[in-house]
Amino acid sequence: MDSLDFSPFWLSFKLATLTTIILFIISLPLAWYLSQTKSRIKPIFEAITALPIVLPPSVLGFYILVGLSQNSPIGSFLKDSFDIELIFNFSGLVVASCVYSMPFMVQPLQSGFESLNRDMLEASYIAGKSQIVTIFRVALPNIKPALLTATIITFAHTVGEFGVVLMVGGNIPNETKVASVAIYEMVETMDYSSAHIYSAIMVIISFIVLLLVYLFNNRERFP
Amino acid sequence: MIDIDIKKELHGADGKMLLDINLHIKKSEFIAISGESGSGKSTLLRVLAGLEKADGKIVVGDEVWLDKYISLAPQKRKIGFVFQDYALFSNMTILDNLLFVKKDIELAKYLLYVTELIELKDRFPESLSGGQKQRVSLCRALMNRPKLLLMDEPLSALDPVMRMKLQNEILTLHREFNITTIMVSHDPSEIYRLANRVVVLNLGKIINIGTPKEILLKTSGSQKFSFEGELLDIVRVDVIYIAIIAIGQQIVEIVISKQEKNRLKIGDTIRVSTKAFSPNIC
Repeated sequence: MDSLDFSPFWLSFKLATLTTIILFIISLPLAWYLSQTKSRIKPIFEAITALPIVLPPSVLGFYILVGLSQNSPIGSFLKDSFDIELIFNFSGLVVASCVYSMPFMVQPLQSGFESLNRDMLEASYIAGKSQIVTIFRVALPNIKPALLTATIITFAHTVGEFGVVLMVGGNIPNETKVASVAIYEMVETMDYSSAHIYSAIMVIISFIVLLLVYLFNNRERFP
Repeated sequence: MIDIDIKKELHGADGKMLLDINLHIKKSEFIAISGESGSGKSTLLRVLAGLEKADGKIVVGDEVWLDKYISLAPQKRKIGFVFQDYALFSNMTILDNLLFVKKDIELAKYLLYVTELIELKDRFPESLSGGQKQRVSLCRALMNRPKLLLMDEPLSALDPVMRMKLQNEILTLHREFNITTIMVSHDPSEIYRLANRVVVLNLGKIINIGTPKEILLKTSGSQKFSFEGELLDIVRVDVIYIAIIAIGQQIVEIVISKQEKNRLKIGDTIRVSTKAFSPNIC
């Protein structure tokens, strides 16, 4: 018990926080575009963003690994131009997590935007406001439950990821050894008591987070 | 002042249809657009607002809103738009709904005062009645002092008493702000009370245009007036019979003959018309 190392949790939450922030920034315009467009290519975008839900994490992890390795054009370009390596380090995990968790951010935001009264958005345009002002002043404040769901589920999903992390990051303490990987390692080394504690902490935290989301969403719906 | 000459293909209930509107509107005019549903009324408003694309030309004063090369964004058209479903910003208070359009607190308070909403300024739209919401929507549409006010069946969701009240407020504000206004409406009394001119659309084309009097008076031949109503009761007073009829919101009494009395039954829909001063019922 004394030797229990909490750094994997810290790493998991750091990874999840960064992923959530980055994904929010990327997904906001994407979700908005998908919710507003009548373009015929919309289903293609939707299918691509939904892919990580259906693909086994190992497949996703494998492609990310191959794609970012220095043998690939992207990997070698990043290495040669910016001296960035994204395999078996924390930055690589962030990139992989963003790919893996993207649907969990995009889809709630998109359906939130789609549920908005279109006239309300048009009223904002007619009032002379740009799309950006409309998104931040009108659209987002009116989809708070969707916004909360998107960020929390993205966060939780990233904390819970395992396969992709293992493929892309490996198991390097304080770099890529997140909580889920640490638990796997404990089980492998038959350290069941530590695995129990780690797992229990994960269950409790996840439950509390989800409970808060549902409490908030219920209050928004039935004030 | 406003020249409209637009064409747009629509996909209506009966397949494709061409919205083809050529209309000239003078400054400060109040135009009512009427016509069956699916005739392109709302689309015309949306095209004017820049919310939908169309071919052709829209020139407002010396400003081109739409032609072959230009299609001004809704943000740049300086219009006010009143939606049928109010479309208020539900995350903002009533006052903020107005101030969102323009930070002109004086004007906002004045408009809320005129429409008797000033007491509600810190409430959120959700807690308002339909009539109150639509008044907020009207105030909001006037906040940027638009060149053109567009209203898409603004009062159709309201009860008759509230309608009348809002009609008066629209009229007051229209006179005061002198804004050229186009309103889609189905209600003849509303059109008569508010509009200078009526445009009747059918299947995307203007089929009739003129003053409310010319267009709305449903009289034929030498009839001077003609109303549709519901027969509520027939009472006998000495030797004559009096029919009590609900016409719109009014209850009227009309003398009828014994033969007429025998022909009619309570609940019938009847048309009351008159030639000169002798009303008759058919």
